[in-house]
Amino acid sequence: MPSTILAIGTKKGLWFATSSDRKTWNVSRPHFLNEEVPSVEFDTRGGRTRILVGIRSEHWGPTVLHSDDLAETWSEPDDGAIRFPEDTGEALGRVWQLKADTEGRPGVVWAGCEPISVWKSTDGGEHFELNRGLWNHPHRKDWGPGYGGAAAHTVLPSPVDDSIHVAISAGGVYRSTDGGESWEARNKGISAYFMPDPNPEFGQCVHKIARDPEEPNTLFAQNHHGVYRTDDAGDHWESIADGLPADFGFVMLTHPRRGGTAWVIPLKADGERVPPEGRLAVHRTADGGATWTALDAGLPPEEFNAVLRDAACVDDGDPAGVYFGTRGGSVFASADEGASFAEVASRLPDVLCVRVARVGD
Amino acid sequence: MEVSVLVPALLAEHTGGQRILQVVTDDVASVGNVLDILAGEHPVFDRRVRDETGSVRRYVNVYIDGDDIRSLDGLATPVLEGQELLIIQSVAGG
Repeated sequence: MPSTILAIGTKKGLWFATSSDRKTWNVSRPHFLNEEVPSVEFDTRGGRTRILVGIRSEHWGPTVLHSDDLAETWSEPDDGAIRFPEDTGEALGRVWQLKADTEGRPGVVWAGCEPISVWKSTDGGEHFELNRGLWNHPHRKDWGPGYGGAAAHTVLPSPVDDSIHVAISAGGVYRSTDGGESWEARNKGISAYFMPDPNPEFGQCVHKIARDPEEPNTLFAQNHHGVYRTDDAGDHWESIADGLPADFGFVMLTHPRRGGTAWVIPLKADGERVPPEGRLAVHRTADGGATWTALDAGLPPEEFNAVLRDAACVDDGDPAGVYFGTRGGSVFASADEGASFAEVASRLPDVLCVRVARVGD
Repeated sequence: MEVSVLVPALLAEHTGGQRILQVVTDDVASVGNVLDILAGEHPVFDRRVRDETGSVRRYVNVYIDGDDIRSLDGLATPVLEGQELLIIQSVAGG
């Protein structure tokens, strides 16, 4: 029977929730208990479901594992999936993002890591190669850490050409138009109010970017203060924050098929970082950010936990499902694009990432 | 010569379930040499103990007959016949 499987990566382990109707959920035993799980990905290309997970132990360091049997067993290559080359003198700190590329690029998986780096695998995520173009970028020495660390946390390969966007905290948005050989900062219009020059070429703390499904050159960004859209692949960004209760937050999601539709989860101000007035709500636009609608049906009346950048995702159902987890360990699912939510799990450790897939079709 | 290496329980899954490993080295060897030999047999175990620069991870402690190698000569600390190498996680996390 087809079911939806939701991976929930937390500060202390990985859980899976499954549902046949996206309304009632069964939650699994924990995997990797006591290990941080900042990244997880379902790679469903080619009729196979592979789960990739980036875990990190405070003691034993980070590693990437994969499972081809829906988390019954896990494997990792002896020599490690991601290892900094000797000449860099660096060691992997944390895997922030694992991103399967499009159907047209089978086997290609991207990773965004700490220290700030982007990696590409061509064997389904078993071995990755450092992207030297970004690693050798002259700006790299000036990129700095956000509060959570210095990382390339978002990798967005284009479905229509060889362009790739990455988002770096704190470095901003970088774009490659040649498959990752070379990179240019693309932050014009995005504010960096915390810098002496609030409109620098780079250095912005872009928390998350997402691509429009119908217009590949349209991207949405949730910034460290500021919500933006670009219609020219990042050459210019315009604010779309009007109508939101706060322009701070970490989440940015776009619809799997419908252009102009995106979701954010605002948090109040840099100094508080909690839902405004303790009212947790997802905000959705259906017109590219011109207007926003608050969605909180089924969410708790009071919530003071933040939702982190990868702790939210959408599925490709119709209507699309929307999922997110809080730092308080609550996970919510909507089977109707955010119109109503049901609790999937509660009292888990801090939720760092969620990803969803449909299996058994 | 032969030295014993005591492995923490949490890493035994990467050493074939063994908690005590006997390592045969040259007569003149360092802690790093012992770990290099272990890495050949148990590469995942080695990645848990040392990062890709070869450094012992920050919250992993290595003792040679009870002395922390960080207070000696680190991975260059000499190992003598019959000595015991203890690898153990330090207090970390929350």
